[in-house]
Amino acid sequence: MFDKEKFEQLKVARKNWEDKDLNKSLARSPERKEAFKTGSGDIVERLYTPEDINDLDYMEEIGLPGQYPYTRGYQPTMYRGRLWTMRMYAGFSTAEESNKRYKFLVDQGSTGLSVAFDLPTQIGYDSDHPLAEGEVGKVGVAIDSLADMEILFDGINLEKVSTSMTINSPASVLLAMYIAVADKQGVSPEKLRGTIQNDILKEYIARGTYIYPTEESMRLITDIFEYCSKNVPQWNTISISGYHIREAGSTAAQEVGFTLADGIAYVEAAIKAGLDVDSFAPRLSFFFNAHNDLLEEVSKYRAARRLWAKIMKERFKAKNPQSMMLKFHTQTGGSTLTAQQPDNNIVRVAIQTLAAVLGGTQSLHTNSKDEALALPTEDSVRIALRTQQIVAHESGVTNTVDPLAGSYYIEAKTKEIEDKAMEYITKIDELGGAPRAIDAGYIQKEITDAAYKYQMDVEKGDVVVVGMNKFKVAEKAPQGLLKVDPMVGEMQKKKLVELKAKRDNQAVTEKLTALKKACKGTENLMPYIVEAVREYATLGEICDVMREVFGEYEQSVML
Amino acid sequence: MDKPIRVLVAKPGLDGHDRGAKMIARALRDAGMEVIYTGLRQTPEQIVAAAIQEDVDIIGMSILSGAHNHLFPKVIGLLKDQDADDIMVIAGGVIPEDDIPALKAAGVAAIFTPGALTTEIVQFIRDNVKR
Repeated sequence: MFDKEKFEQLKVARKNWEDKDLNKSLARSPERKEAFKTGSGDIVERLYTPEDINDLDYMEEIGLPGQYPYTRGYQPTMYRGRLWTMRMYAGFSTAEESNKRYKFLVDQGSTGLSVAFDLPTQIGYDSDHPLAEGEVGKVGVAIDSLADMEILFDGINLEKVSTSMTINSPASVLLAMYIAVADKQGVSPEKLRGTIQNDILKEYIARGTYIYPTEESMRLITDIFEYCSKNVPQWNTISISGYHIREAGSTAAQEVGFTLADGIAYVEAAIKAGLDVDSFAPRLSFFFNAHNDLLEEVSKYRAARRLWAKIMKERFKAKNPQSMMLKFHTQTGGSTLTAQQPDNNIVRVAIQTLAAVLGGTQSLHTNSKDEALALPTEDSVRIALRTQQIVAHESGVTNTVDPLAGSYYIEAKTKEIEDKAMEYITKIDELGGAPRAIDAGYIQKEITDAAYKYQMDVEKGDVVVVGMNKFKVAEKAPQGLLKVDPMVGEMQKKKLVELKAKRDNQAVTEKLTALKKACKGTENLMPYIVEAVREYATLGEICDVMREVFGEYEQSVML
Repeated sequence: MDKPIRVLVAKPGLDGHDRGAKMIARALRDAGMEVIYTGLRQTPEQIVAAAIQEDVDIIGMSILSGAHNHLFPKVIGLLKDQDADDIMVIAGGVIPEDDIPALKAAGVAAIFTPGALTTEIVQFIRDNVKR
């Protein structure tokens, strides 16, 4: 990358510097540690110079923003054109309560909605299911039928807002409900903007809200790809998620490697189902974590963008540049927050926000300071949102595109993460692709090994977590945490009884029977699901029909 | 030499956050205990059945979803029903301070919240399991 003669001069100068200046300095005052490591445990050198990136071809590997391989961002002007979407993940209790929180967030300057569903909803159980007991409305909002969904978006214009829904196994059902609510508002599907997470592979790996076996789950996903490409063209049909992989304890390179390996599996499944790569790939989106090691994280996003572009172009022969652009949402790292001295979490989130923005994120959720303890209160959510607004409007980092590019460390680290991620992808290819690598427990074990190593480093004090294993104080129990009304389960049950008395049960049975027949065949299931939700068939009823035909996934328990 | 302590590490309810449970399971194993990990989505009935069948000394449960007030006492109730309440129960996860007294009164021997060290948990088990 550099002029040959000057480069030779640098090598000589560097050698001299090491022999004289550096050695003298080390003799006088040794460094604080024998080895310096990133948050992921990778060695960081003392100094990076042009020597570390001399092999990189600028135009091929880094290039210009908006041009292949998109290392510097997928868009030519980045935040000079438009800031990222400030999208706060929220939802708890009933649809009524969550609707209030969404209106509060929009009022405070949030620019997109992000729906958190409770666990029964995410696993396809109605609130009156025995396994739902104690869980209704706890980690998100309880949605049993279209009736709840109508309340959830009451007074929110679905033509104006973009909505992200963290829903995986029952993604088709919740998307169908969203389409139906929009229809009642007079908004046609082609105008809808948003994202469903719809990423089952990482559920098997790290997040746990799976229902159906792998093959049937992949069918549901490709059905959504196909249906949306024709009917809901602005919808992001999947958010291929490294977030939860990282939360489960992976390294940054594993986060990229395993996430892109999952992405490859979805692309392969869709191509196998007969779809043209450029018909669905532009609507694939990604979701990454932001941890505390600022420079490692920035490099991670850049590496992911470059590697995905190469995969789409070289491996899948995509022609549409949109198919090669990795667009991503970021959430700050929940597992980096401490229950001790929770105010310190505001600072962590600010660093993580900078990482995501310097890495070129398209949207961002910032965690609240109290999330190691409970769901966040309105006050702590406001601080988290303000953190994004301060970075956006006061820090100056949005003024120029990809401002850290060209840093010897950042470029070397970007390359290192890309190479390590590619090694994981190659290994997973050898195992027969992500679904088989998951069934064999390979990915889970790699993550658990990394998590355990980190845990032991924390316990030995090799890794410092401020306020947790160093700089501790005696603390009183935190006050004013959010409490979910324990009666929400009963309220949902009552609503279900009323719904089932009121709806046209004959029509529900007909639609469910039609869906069941379609499940047994090969037709796209989306239209059947849309029909069923319109008649107020419940989420549990629809998922049960599919459970009956598809069976359920069995977890490979791996320590 | 004493027979090693046998531990069932369990994930009750629908919560999929198993990083903590897996870390504890590994740490207990590295500390010389025999550890059985149930995997996700275990009902209280399944947990108690596994504990009895595996003849464990102690059950460690982890919940991060907020369903602890419902699920922990249920497991303890079932252990009593089956005359297996000599099996000690400890728990961990995102458990608000306010909920801890009632859970302890219900029979949870110890509750470890975020930031707890695995060494503390190992020590607690060694000190408290009746052999």
